Amino acid sequence: MVNIPSSIDDTIPAAEVEDVELYHSHSWWTTYVFSQDAKVIAIQYSLTAISIGLVALVLSWLMRLQLAFPGYFAFIDAEHYYQFITMHGMIMVIYLLTALFLGGFGNYLIPLMLGARDMVFPYANMLSYWLYLLAVLVLVAGFFAPGGPTGAGWTLYPPQAVLSGTPGGNDWGIILMLTSLILFIIGFTMGGLNYVVTVLQGRARGMTLMRMPLTIWGIFTATVMALLAFPALFVASVMMLFDRILGTSFFMPAIVEMGEQLKHGGGSPILFQHLFWFFGHPEVYIVALPAFGIVSDLISTHARKNIFGYRMMVWAIVVIGALSFVVWAHHMYVSGMNPKFGFFFATTTLIIAVPTAIKVYNWVLTLWRGDIHLTIPMLFALGFIVTFVNGGLTGLFLGNVVVDVPLSDTMFVVAHFHMVMGVAPIMVIFGAIYHWYPKITGRMLDETMGRIHFWVTFLGAYLIFFPMHYLGLLGAPRRYYELGETVVNPTSAHDLNIFITLMAWTVGAAQILFLFNAAWSLRRGKESGGNPWRATTLEWQTPTTPPPHGNWGKDLPVVYRWAYDYSVPGAPEDFIPQNQPDPERRSKEHST
Amino acid sequence: MAVVLVLVVIAVASVLFHLLSPWWWTPIASNWNYIDNTIIITFWITGFVFVAVVLFVAYCVFRFRHKPGNRAHYEPENRKLEFWLATVTTIGVVAMLAPGLFVWNQFVTVPQDATNVEVVGQQWQWSFRLPGANGQLGTSDTRDVSSDNPLGVKKNDAAGLDDIIVEGGELHVPIGKPVKMLLRSVDVLHDFYVPEFRAKMDMVPGMVTYFWFTPTRTGTFEVLCAELCGVGHPQMRGTVVVDTEADYQTWLEQQHTFTQMMASGEVKTTQ
Amino acid sequence: MSAVLIFLALLASIIIWWMAQQRLTSKPWLEAEKVSSFSHFTRSSIATEKIGLGVFLAVVGALFTLFISAYFIRMGSDDWWAIPIPRVLWVNTAALVVSSITLELAKSLAQQGDDETMKFALLASLITGIGFLVGQVFAWRELVFAGYLLADNPANSFFYMITGMHGLHILGGLLVLGRTTGKVLQGKTAQQVHLSIELCAMYWHFMLLVWLVLFALFAGWANDFVDICRQLLT
Repeated sequence: MVNIPSSIDDTIPAAEVEDVELYHSHSWWTTYVFSQDAKVIAIQYSLTAISIGLVALVLSWLMRLQLAFPGYFAFIDAEHYYQFITMHGMIMVIYLLTALFLGGFGNYLIPLMLGARDMVFPYANMLSYWLYLLAVLVLVAGFFAPGGPTGAGWTLYPPQAVLSGTPGGNDWGIILMLTSLILFIIGFTMGGLNYVVTVLQGRARGMTLMRMPLTIWGIFTATVMALLAFPALFVASVMMLFDRILGTSFFMPAIVEMGEQLKHGGGSPILFQHLFWFFGHPEVYIVALPAFGIVSDLISTHARKNIFGYRMMVWAIVVIGALSFVVWAHHMYVSGMNPKFGFFFATTTLIIAVPTAIKVYNWVLTLWRGDIHLTIPMLFALGFIVTFVNGGLTGLFLGNVVVDVPLSDTMFVVAHFHMVMGVAPIMVIFGAIYHWYPKITGRMLDETMGRIHFWVTFLGAYLIFFPMHYLGLLGAPRRYYELGETVVNPTSAHDLNIFITLMAWTVGAAQILFLFNAAWSLRRGKESGGNPWRATTLEWQTPTTPPPHGNWGKDLPVVYRWAYDYSVPGAPEDFIPQNQPDPERRSKEHST
Repeated sequence: MAVVLVLVVIAVASVLFHLLSPWWWTPIASNWNYIDNTIIITFWITGFVFVAVVLFVAYCVFRFRHKPGNRAHYEPENRKLEFWLATVTTIGVVAMLAPGLFVWNQFVTVPQDATNVEVVGQQWQWSFRLPGANGQLGTSDTRDVSSDNPLGVKKNDAAGLDDIIVEGGELHVPIGKPVKMLLRSVDVLHDFYVPEFRAKMDMVPGMVTYFWFTPTRTGTFEVLCAELCGVGHPQMRGTVVVDTEADYQTWLEQQHTFTQMMASGEVKTTQ
Repeated sequence: MSAVLIFLALLASIIIWWMAQQRLTSKPWLEAEKVSSFSHFTRSSIATEKIGLGVFLAVVGALFTLFISAYFIRMGSDDWWAIPIPRVLWVNTAALVVSSITLELAKSLAQQGDDETMKFALLASLITGIGFLVGQVFAWRELVFAGYLLADNPANSFFYMITGMHGLHILGGLLVLGRTTGKVLQGKTAQQVHLSIELCAMYWHFMLLVWLVLFALFAGWANDFVDICRQLLT
């Protein structure tokens, strides 16, 4: 460890760090469209992600209609149903959650929370967004292509993904999907390099790693993981494009399709699954870790208490990130891979439960003896704890190899992953939007609309996904256009499906209220001032709100303390901003 | 206060829902009640944790919600508490994992005396093949699949000639005898799934996968496909009948062997 | 998937080594005020662009090790017929090695401020780099004429796909190198382009390393190596 001489243990003047040479925009176009300002890019990312997310929401409404009233709506036939579930899944996982957490919150918060003027490579950052937008457009193009988008399920398992029995399989659907993924990954890599290197090199003076807010730890670790995991999806996509377009046999064994021998031979469908889940499992944590980080800060700020066990929280994030690279095959217990792998992957998977549980304990222990302000961000944080604990615990069923055997590919899995990586992270996203909206716009979101939005979303989502587990326990398989007459679909299960659909429509409708609130408050919201939550972290200490390009005015902030100095005994206020030197020391300096 | 109430209701109602739910697994028809037991253990442990955490949160909100003049307690960490929580969690995890791995070991260890039964999936139907008088299945290859040889059994393999082929019909298995299901597909991924047997496994074109079970009660059970296999996925149903030994023999005698099937195919084509 | 796991283990050891220096066990709540003493923790003295390139190379490394992992898994099946190595690949390898050496030379010349010779070294590197790509195209043509078509056999498919992917990366590198060389030809001094050249050299050495690994893979030496490892382990 490095020896720290105490003699130089003094406050130092600001702006010793050389200023980053900023690209200065000259026109409306370069300010708002081809902007290199991370905050504008963040908003572009977020709006694009939310827009495409609304498409996914509508798709989920449609598929729920089919599940509640099978065959009643003529325009939802089997082909469309499979296209809906596929696009819904892919949009939610990649184009909404990943893009919003890393491209949206990452871009907005990393420079601000670290006291930087901008990302370190602003030009690549801009390209990242435009490639993302292109990826989204290519994805959406699937809806208009002949044959429609792919209906292979978001896992895109070959051989069915590229055969005629699947919508878009021998048409444009799968090609557009894979192309879009490849573009997304290239774009993400450009952004991801920025997020990682900005955390490494862009921190303000005094911002040691252990003084970073957990939000940054979560986003940073998730980005490192994403940079290393997305190549697996890239490789799988390229190889599948070769199989589909050029007739190679990477994943394609000898196949008799509808009575006809295909040219392929010898390929391994399981190879694709390994590549896919080598990306796919870290992907879960790529979404979860930023959510973990953000929710830690929400809880700490609104409970006016330092996050309990900060060091443990940091280590847990890092350990979870590392472990998530050696658990991928728990998605493949019944895939036909060597069953001996089950022992290893079940063990690694359940080990992850320990650091994850520690994080949960530390969240609730932060509430313990806190001064809990039940603001909307806090409500969403509480909603996150409930849904995440629920979804995390059902993960222990599916990770434990033999328990997974009856439950895999049933509605239990659907309920589990929606709860844990759908509802829980989205709770955090909403909490974070209510939390940071004042910084982005200078106005508060409307409180009443916010509360209605929270209660409908949280309770509705719980009522959708909690009972759904029991359909899976009953044995109802997932990805069924209709179950029909079968032992796993009694009348009561059918009634439950109708209930779930009603809830899904209700929760979806509540999001319209949220969008309205976001638009209405932009002009009519209460003015917030620079630090409405009386928070410690640097983004709340900007000289102006909303912060302009360059964030900090003339001088960069200097960091004197960690991010969680809430309710420090003896301090006059219940929070001390990170850039505030000790008042006693300051007065001492003045007197000398 | 509404928050506290709702949190308590969520914890209590979730438990009540679990206890009163009419949606529970189908009556088991195989030896894999070990799996059901492991699920029950997991339910107990996870249910306890869920209720404990949610109620604790509810209590915290009730007790420590903001009142004018309140100030939060200052405590950056408590190593001892964290250590104990981690230890207890680890014990809980081991309590779930250990029986799980124990049962998995049984699941992957096929008994010596298990009878081979082959299931072949194709878009979108099930076919079955049973060993004939010689007790073994002949080799097969997707390349040999044709309209008169839908399972791709190799014609030049003598061992396969007496194999019994059940195309698109129902499979019968005798009660009380371990069966090793050999799973094959000629086009895309499928998954042979009978809810009452608990066991399931993907069928992967180009390879043979397997699982084993012992039927424990007679009856007729529906086979579902549990791996998305194209638009016909939900229609891909089949039937397995668990028979008494006598009924099974009767059924077996009515089935056609591969040789007979080829012969009748030739008759059809010459007509 | 062992290739990629080994690669990630290597990366993990670098990350752990780095983290070990970041005082991750310190108690930040006890350290308010100590600013200046930590200032050298806030950023590394290495140029930010170099760190950026380093991270990018880690991503590229993951990409190629994943291709290699897929190659090993797919190689296990019966329908695999190894592809013959066209002679021209040896020439290409030599060209890429020369390119790498001249770029390293340009880097040290830039450090010394020797503009003229540096210009020459850069051009040499650019030309040999282009030579490598052209040679790769010749290798493809040779194989196609010899009847080794893309879709005929997985070994062929992998060869074309992975060399193609490597070629794209070389092409990207050539664009940047070309831009730097252009700047030098337009009269920028060694001082001004020093960092660019250093970055190009770093990228180039890495792509050379990737190429050598791939060459070993296609020539079959990597398989022998893997077999030896397997025997050692069992």
